[in-house]
Amino acid sequence: MGEKTIQDINARIADGSVHVVTAEEMPHIVAELGPEGAAREVDIVTTGTFGAMCSSGAWLNFGHSDPPIKMQKVWLNDVEAYSGLAAVDAYIGATQMSETRGMEYGGAHVIEDLVCGKSVDIHATAHGTDCYPRKVLDTTVTIDDINQAVMMNPRNAYQKYNVATNCSDRTLYTYMGTLLPNNGNATYSAAGVLSPIFNDPTYQTIGVGTRIFLCGAQGYITGEGTQHDPSNNFGTLMVQGDLKKMNKKYVRGATFHKYGVSLYVGIGIPIPILNADIAKATAVTDANITTNVLDYGVARRSRPVLRQVTYEELKSGMIDINGNEVTTSPMSSFHEARGIALELKESIRKGLFYPTLPVERLPNEGVSKPMKQIKEQPTVADVMASRVTTIKQGLTVEDAAKVIMEGNFNHLPVVSDEDKLVGIITAWDVAKAVAQNKRDKLDDIMTRTVITADITEPIETTARKLEQHNISALPVINNKNIVVGIITSDDISKLMTRR
Amino acid sequence: MKITLYATPEITAKPLIAEVILETKALLNIDRADVKPKGGEVVIDVPQDRYDEVTKAFEKRGARIIRLELPVIKDDDECVNCGACISVCPTGVISFKDDWSIEMDVSKCVQCGTCVTMCPHGALTLSE
Repeated sequence: MGEKTIQDINARIADGSVHVVTAEEMPHIVAELGPEGAAREVDIVTTGTFGAMCSSGAWLNFGHSDPPIKMQKVWLNDVEAYSGLAAVDAYIGATQMSETRGMEYGGAHVIEDLVCGKSVDIHATAHGTDCYPRKVLDTTVTIDDINQAVMMNPRNAYQKYNVATNCSDRTLYTYMGTLLPNNGNATYSAAGVLSPIFNDPTYQTIGVGTRIFLCGAQGYITGEGTQHDPSNNFGTLMVQGDLKKMNKKYVRGATFHKYGVSLYVGIGIPIPILNADIAKATAVTDANITTNVLDYGVARRSRPVLRQVTYEELKSGMIDINGNEVTTSPMSSFHEARGIALELKESIRKGLFYPTLPVERLPNEGVSKPMKQIKEQPTVADVMASRVTTIKQGLTVEDAAKVIMEGNFNHLPVVSDEDKLVGIITAWDVAKAVAQNKRDKLDDIMTRTVITADITEPIETTARKLEQHNISALPVINNKNIVVGIITSDDISKLMTRR
Repeated sequence: MKITLYATPEITAKPLIAEVILETKALLNIDRADVKPKGGEVVIDVPQDRYDEVTKAFEKRGARIIRLELPVIKDDDECVNCGACISVCPTGVISFKDDWSIEMDVSKCVQCGTCVTMCPHGALTLSE
């Protein structure tokens, strides 16, 4: 068949004959008519996503004060915005936290308040120049009082995201929400079948200049998002839109408990069905989209991958992790994503929204690089004492007391006959046992749940463990659970002072 | 149905619940129990038809009983129907309807409060 052009499609929008469906409806149509037939039948497929998009923010221009000021630092409702550019422009980032209210209120909430028409307090400071003499400024504005308010988000609409779970034995507070210990739950981002990029994974229609639904307004894609990683199906988009035209329903400040602030952003992208290839791509379903389940219990850049899952499994509400049934929670709203795809469909049908083709294609290959670090982080192996005294499990409290006395230290790891770590005894444990007349078996007084350091872990991770558990030393173990050293808070302090 | 029992420090040491079970022979199920410096707070599941009897038996022993009518409240203006709350709830109060909006069966709620902190939008609160 001949290909359709964007002009053909827009002419149909103008005369009211356009056929628009959502990305949830399209798989059935392609299954029934085939890609060729579906491409003849359908003109546009609408997608949608509504979730936490931390890499968001807005440019604001306040207009000039009298006498004028060149804002060097500026705060909006006590949330600092970036103003290291000409006089009265500032970028309020979504995740910046309030200096008085902490993570309960942040840049995302300022943006939401502006969209809602609420007043926002501005405080600015400057050094004062001949042309900008003013040094301090305090005022209150609403979005109507300022010149431009432009949402400009460097990384939004992730093609998909990892599933987060927690294999450790303590609760974690993350940007993926609260992760309960021992795989108590798993959280994911929900768009799946409605994900804009998954419906055009080769970026034939999604590119620079593509007109999109951005929080209820008509915005644009301005480029590839930062960390764009198309080769791993982790594509991202950079987007821009007029904050003054946005709908408060789709701009929602959020707080992740004990983690921080984020902004829930609603994005919908229309995919013009120009040919059978594009139609075929929009037939993607939740069952075709896979993602990895990662253990957030490991606080490293590369987290262990526990398994692959499909979005269909995730949306069933339960997934299997190491033989256990684990309840899943989306962190983004599929209900709202569907609402966005439907709202965009309606706008197009009513002739209120005309899709565009990109003026420049986005890269559909390439990966996001890790950071180049020129100063390697010291690891436990660099700092620990490798001469560590241990004691065998079967011995007595009295034996332990002697070893501690002779060695002049506080922490004594207890090991099995195979030298595997089974517990730990401190000088304090021994003193307490003697005072209570418990001089026999070590087994009775040792701590069995030992917090340990892995020989390969960065020293930052170890320092955090010491602080979290309020302890002063950790036995260092290798991958066979054999004690190979001990690291104390003193060792870490010495390292810090050497730096 | 669920009740919250508040006991002052003077009576927390007494086997209140055991006494009431023996007296009323009602099958009580303890959903959650906290002992704080200012006394104890226990959420108890009580068979519907034994509510009056059990409440009286506790009150006779000096405990204060509050019926948990609406243990957790959702602010529909703040809720975006993400479902973050679902996986942290230990008793399965929250689920998706067919249209992916949130549904709550508050009769299962034991007021642990985990959903309240999980909610990114501050849409959930526990009632007093």
